[in-house]
Amino acid sequence: MNDKLVIAGKNYASRLMVGTGKYKDFAETKAAVEASGSEIITVAIRRSNIGQNPDEPSLLEILPPSKYTLLPNTAGCYTADDAVRTLRLARELLDGHSLVKLEVLGDPQSLYPNVIETVAAAKTLVAEGFQVMVYTSDDPIIAKQLEDIGCVAIMPLASLIGSGMGILNPWNLQLIMERVQVPVIVDAGVGTASDAAIAMELGCDGVLMNTAIAGAQQPVLMASAMKQAVEAGRSAFLAGRMPKKLYSASPSSPMAGIIASTRN
Amino acid sequence: MKAITVSINGAARQLPGSTSVAALIGEMGLADKRIALERNGEIVPRSLFATEQLADGDRLEVVVAVGGG
Repeated sequence: MNDKLVIAGKNYASRLMVGTGKYKDFAETKAAVEASGSEIITVAIRRSNIGQNPDEPSLLEILPPSKYTLLPNTAGCYTADDAVRTLRLARELLDGHSLVKLEVLGDPQSLYPNVIETVAAAKTLVAEGFQVMVYTSDDPIIAKQLEDIGCVAIMPLASLIGSGMGILNPWNLQLIMERVQVPVIVDAGVGTASDAAIAMELGCDGVLMNTAIAGAQQPVLMASAMKQAVEAGRSAFLAGRMPKKLYSASPSSPMAGIIASTRN
Repeated sequence: MKAITVSINGAARQLPGSTSVAALIGEMGLADKRIALERNGEIVPRSLFATEQLADGDRLEVVVAVGGG
């Protein structure tokens, strides 16, 4: 089936994107990423740890940019300025790579997006030539504004980052998808495979997750489950589900030819 | 040569007066690592590491990619 996800003009076979945080070690990170089948993986940008053992492998040696589309994020940034600085550093770090994940958070308890700072940062980044995939609230008006600014994907939360609460407001996701032409990718809140499948059945173009996999009892198995869930949900969306018929049963087997003493 | 004091990732550090960015990166054990460096809020491209001299009061940020979601 030729059903590719297109982001900023590039085709991707997988509609699942995964983060690389919270794993117990690099071996588990690598195994989970591979099991997920993801092509786009997020990374964070942090101060180098002075005094760190220089012989320790780095994340980019485990998950090389030659093999994956690395998506540097601005996790932990609470202002547009910090987010823009972080992504300028990321672009330098990744040899001019311009596809980035913008997230500007509102407070450390909810990690809810600060959409005012997000919009400001998006304007600056787009003007500087970045291809911005933007984490935002599930507000359809803000989502449309972010598209109009030039963001290449809109990534609304399904529920709070790391909460695993699933898709709390499918109606808002629908409202966003009705208004936005660029890919809509559910980012944050997925807890288990059915959540990912529901996002895809709604018609979302992809799902981005981290904790749902890294926080599972068996992360590599969950990564595989998520891969299947995203594929199943996408297929179900394309197939077009049967209409729901409230209070009206419909037998699946023929009504004729039933052996019964009460009929002829 | 008069020593200079620079801030590296928020920590003050004394260096000889004529230290290049490349020399500092080498001393930090990051010479062949994938890093990016910001000096006083501006990116210093890797191609300029050898020629850029640090100055007293410089604020440097040296970053790497780590696991994140």
